[in-house]
Amino acid sequence: MTPASLLPKNLISKSFKVTGRQVLPGFALSLGISLFFISLVLLLPLSGLLVQTAGMSWADYWAVVTDSRVMASYQVTLLMALGASLLNGVVGLLLAWVLVRYTFPGKRLIDALVDLPFALPTAVAGITLATLFSAQGWYGQGLAKLGIQVAYTPLGILIAMLFTSLPFVVRNVQPVMEDLNSGDEEAALSLGAKDWTVFRRVIFPALWPALVMGVVLSFIRSLGEFGAVIFIAGNMPYLSEVTSLMIFVRLQEFDYAAASAIASVILMASLVLLFAVNIWQTRYLKRLKGSQ
Amino acid sequence: MSIQIKQISKQFGDFQALKPLDLTINEGELVGLLGPSGSGKTTLLRIIAGLETADQGQILFSGKDVTNLHVRDRKVGFVFQHYALFRHMTVAENVAFGLDVLPKKQRPTKATIKQQVAELLDKVQLSHLASRYPAQLSGGQKQRIALARALAMQPRVLLLDEPFGALDAKVRKELRRWLRNLHDELGFTSVFVTHDQEEALEVSDRVVVMSQGQIEQEATPQDLYQQPASRFVYDFLGGVNVFEGEVSSLKSNRLEQGKAWVAFPDGYKAEAGQLYLRSHELSLSNQPSATAHLPLKIKAVSLIGAEVRVELEPLGWHSQDLWEVVISHSHYNHWQPQRGDTCFAQPQAGQLFTSNENQALAISWTKEQLLIKTA
Repeated sequence: MTPASLLPKNLISKSFKVTGRQVLPGFALSLGISLFFISLVLLLPLSGLLVQTAGMSWADYWAVVTDSRVMASYQVTLLMALGASLLNGVVGLLLAWVLVRYTFPGKRLIDALVDLPFALPTAVAGITLATLFSAQGWYGQGLAKLGIQVAYTPLGILIAMLFTSLPFVVRNVQPVMEDLNSGDEEAALSLGAKDWTVFRRVIFPALWPALVMGVVLSFIRSLGEFGAVIFIAGNMPYLSEVTSLMIFVRLQEFDYAAASAIASVILMASLVLLFAVNIWQTRYLKRLKGSQ
Repeated sequence: MSIQIKQISKQFGDFQALKPLDLTINEGELVGLLGPSGSGKTTLLRIIAGLETADQGQILFSGKDVTNLHVRDRKVGFVFQHYALFRHMTVAENVAFGLDVLPKKQRPTKATIKQQVAELLDKVQLSHLASRYPAQLSGGQKQRIALARALAMQPRVLLLDEPFGALDAKVRKELRRWLRNLHDELGFTSVFVTHDQEEALEVSDRVVVMSQGQIEQEATPQDLYQQPASRFVYDFLGGVNVFEGEVSSLKSNRLEQGKAWVAFPDGYKAEAGQLYLRSHELSLSNQPSATAHLPLKIKAVSLIGAEVRVELEPLGWHSQDLWEVVISHSHYNHWQPQRGDTCFAQPQAGQLFTSNENQALAISWTKEQLLIKTA
């Protein structure tokens, strides 16, 4: 028995939209398995989190999530995630542009390297970055002469976030850029537009939804980044502690409820952002592609 | 503005897209570049526009060398097959684009631009769609907007790359006439690319037939149809039936293949080759005649439009394609041919291509007259 077959027939036909006649059977079975899996892997743990916080009173919850040390962590996390995702927006756009528009030796290697932050354990990235940017490291030495300290400061957090969330922008923008119609650019040129105008008024608006999506995903990923960050952040209370570290700290104190409470804040922020950007993108694309 | 093309050639890797060619397009003329895909017609158009650079040769606009002028400075209007409208802009914003991106000094005021856009939309009869987005328009509407956008710059040269290729037959016909009227009204010089011979013959003042990077023939539509210069042009214009035959003996004046034969009129010596017969230059009857024995089996009869089209299969001889003969409705009503019937074709006029590619011999049976034409 699949979940769909348990429902009354008319409900299925009303609320489950199978577009046209399907060639392959098994809609009910595949939908059932998918929903079951999502519930098991995503929804159940998340509700577990909420159940754990449900044990707290509102006053307790509020006290935990607005604790001054936690508040400072929100600030550091948000600011650095914002900085990292915006920087990624610029660099990622440029990288995607280079990968799509030009051919050069080593292009495929660079294309593959873009995914490295996804493949690499974040702890490995964190240790590597911390070594690089420490006062004796390759980058750190040079930067120290300029009076810039990266390791064990909020700047280090930004670097770690930058590293782990780079692929989001590139991988979101790249396919859209590949699908761009070269006719549009030629049309703009034949109408007398300067190169920069063509980019600003014709190419960029077409990339915009994918770019925003990439930046937002990169931001959300940075909000929760733990492994790469803690090695390089220095983790000084009120200065360079990220929110995910605060969760870890509460866990080590065996204060599961407080840990869950802080986690729920990050969860809410991520979900709200994700839904908001999805709705916005759908609307924007609807205008571009017409309602289908 | 006249366009002069001198010894233009273009190579893409190993592929010679254009062999050095010359072409002059007069001021105010509407010229159709006709050819199959890969014939170089689009490449030539893009070189005229400046979207592609030629390897060699020169392009002159009204005597001025524009070979090295960037596309944005050539001030030509270009219309793309797939419209290339900016999807994130409304129809009005699309049309205004060319004026909007002018340098500050030359740019008209916002109010002037708005007024000009309104006039252009009026001209293409789509004023009511000004605030729509391209995705909400039909193909025909999109192409008209693309034209309005190109016309906003008041170009003296309008270039169109298969402008109606992506549209359905009815809209295509409508837009063709509309383009012709617009051209006559505004008097710019236009060049358009097409692979549809009907479109080229209907719209153009002059047709340039291209094949394999070369110009096969330049002629008015009438001349092109009446005197195709080569086998290629004849084939490409379509609607032609081919009878390939040999001459069996020196005394014989017949082109023969299997059971079928065509006797040549007096004063002409039959020669082995391919006899090209257009579908309206043949008649059908139940009996073979004294001058031709071409048995055919009726495969299909379609009563479309002003004439009845009969599709035929050779009986006892061979042809690469099915034959097609057009007969009048009154003949059809009188004769009532059915699928599967056998009948005989009688040529009235045709052209013989012998192994010598460039020589076509026009033959007329009715008047028994002979014309020798060398292209």
